[in-house]
Amino acid sequence: MASKQISVFIENRKGRLGEVLDVLKENAVNILSLSIADTSEYGLLRIISDAPQKGQEALSKAGFSAMLTDVVILQVPHTPGALQNILRVISDEELGIEYMYGLSVAGEEASIVVKPSDLEKANAVFEKHQVDTIDL
Amino acid sequence: MIWSKEETLSRAEMEALQLSRLQETVARVYEKVPYYRAKMDEKGVKPQDIKTLADLAKLPFTTKQDMRDTYPFGLFAVPKDQLVRIHASSGTTGKPTVVGYTRGDLDTWTDCVSRIACMGGATSKDVAQICFGYGMFTGALGLHYGLENIGAAIVPSSTGNSEKQLMYMKDFNTSLLVATPSYALRLAEVARETGIDPKTDLGVKIALVGSELLTDAMREEMHNAWGRDVLITSNYGMSELMGPGVSGECLEHCGMHINEDYFLPEIIDSVTGEVLPAGEKGELVITCIKKEGLPLIRYRTKDVTRLFYEPCACGRTTCRMENLSGRSDDMLKIRGVNVFPGQIEEVVLSVPELGPHYEIIVEREGYTDKLTVRVELVKATDSFAELQRIEQTTRNKLKVVLGLDAKIRLESPNTLQRFEGKAKRIKDLRNQK
Ligand SMILES: [Zn+2]
Repeated sequence: MASKQISVFIENRKGRLGEVLDVLKENAVNILSLSIADTSEYGLLRIISDAPQKGQEALSKAGFSAMLTDVVILQVPHTPGALQNILRVISDEELGIEYMYGLSVAGEEASIVVKPSDLEKANAVFEKHQVDTIDL
Repeated sequence: MIWSKEETLSRAEMEALQLSRLQETVARVYEKVPYYRAKMDEKGVKPQDIKTLADLAKLPFTTKQDMRDTYPFGLFAVPKDQLVRIHASSGTTGKPTVVGYTRGDLDTWTDCVSRIACMGGATSKDVAQICFGYGMFTGALGLHYGLENIGAAIVPSSTGNSEKQLMYMKDFNTSLLVATPSYALRLAEVARETGIDPKTDLGVKIALVGSELLTDAMREEMHNAWGRDVLITSNYGMSELMGPGVSGECLEHCGMHINEDYFLPEIIDSVTGEVLPAGEKGELVITCIKKEGLPLIRYRTKDVTRLFYEPCACGRTTCRMENLSGRSDDMLKIRGVNVFPGQIEEVVLSVPELGPHYEIIVEREGYTDKLTVRVELVKATDSFAELQRIEQTTRNKLKVVLGLDAKIRLESPNTLQRFEGKAKRIKDLRNQK
């Protein structure tokens, strides 16, 4: 199973992030989580939203280089060691993860977004070890 | 189709025609244009000294500065009341240059452009949309009258409002497009953004592009955007000489045929002014040998090219000039290396993840020049490794082509300025503090 993330290229320039958020707001796309990774020149903005397809199309139309990426959202119970358990599974199974970031900590459980190099293998591993995933 | 019989004269016939027209022109300017008479007297040359075509080298050059010094009508060879049209080029520095046409000149101009349109494959059946700015600029009206003359239906849509341009193109089933290469690419881009595929939804089969350099890579990009089977030819001219119609490419794609019964070409060393033998690369110099209003003698175009005199496979015998490698003015000297923007363009267009638009920035850091090339990332990615690979590939290719290290700046699509006329892609900031 997988969820769609919007990935957007942005220059490291004042106001660029705001422009992306404006486009999403104008198109009534609600952001659930956002992560920015950057170098001194540019960054990649990764967004989990309630309408990825609509968001990506709106951003492309507005002149951004934006695409949809398959990611997996994992549920992490609010108990000590829960995250470590998941990380151990990933490491033991030699599952390649390109990046991960937090999604939400409200409620009973937290969740994290991971981008596996091999989506099929990741799904099999998480199923085998009963790691709960959410599909958005 | 070959439009005029002058395009297939034998070399001897052409040279005889050129010599008689040259002698007539020189005698006329000596008599009618005091500025030329003074220049010729200063060089000690009289009209009767022009006995062969080689004697052309005895005559003084004309430069853009001469045109400014005699602003507005000082180089004209007819009284003003014989003019039927006046154009001016927007001078980016100083006074504009003014050009004027008699009725005979307009006929000549129309003939020149008719020839070029035919070379590019145009016929009376075409619907020709002219996306050049109408007004003081000679490009639009030159193509307009030439294409009308061969019987094509003209859509004088001028520049701007790309969406409306595309609407006309679709609804009138435009078959021939006149534009700068960069505007033709821009139009294709807007078409795709609005859900029109130029290759299948539009009927453009011929593109006559000009007023800007058409590199091989740009031609390839045009084919990608408009279709493999679209006939793309470039044409050349400048308002000082007439406007478009000085030369144009035929479908053999082996250089641009010069209308040399009207425009007598030479290639010179731009530093020494020495005439170079046929086949050598240098600055193009043109003498107008059949103009009434403004017959310029040995006009220095600042464009760098070579000339070929072998008859062409298309059947024309007129001399061809190689597609331009740049203007001697546009050439940048960066860390002692000669760089033409066209070379950078070739590289940018060869990287599939990048769009065709770019900007070159040259700055001085301490005592060294720093070259930055801004490019647009058109293929989205979610990976830094991929971004770095694109940057590195572009940088390596530039190093191979230029021998210089450049900094690549990736930007979002639609960030760089678009141009409807001549693109201005160079920012040389070295002489600014
Ligand atoms: Zn030819």
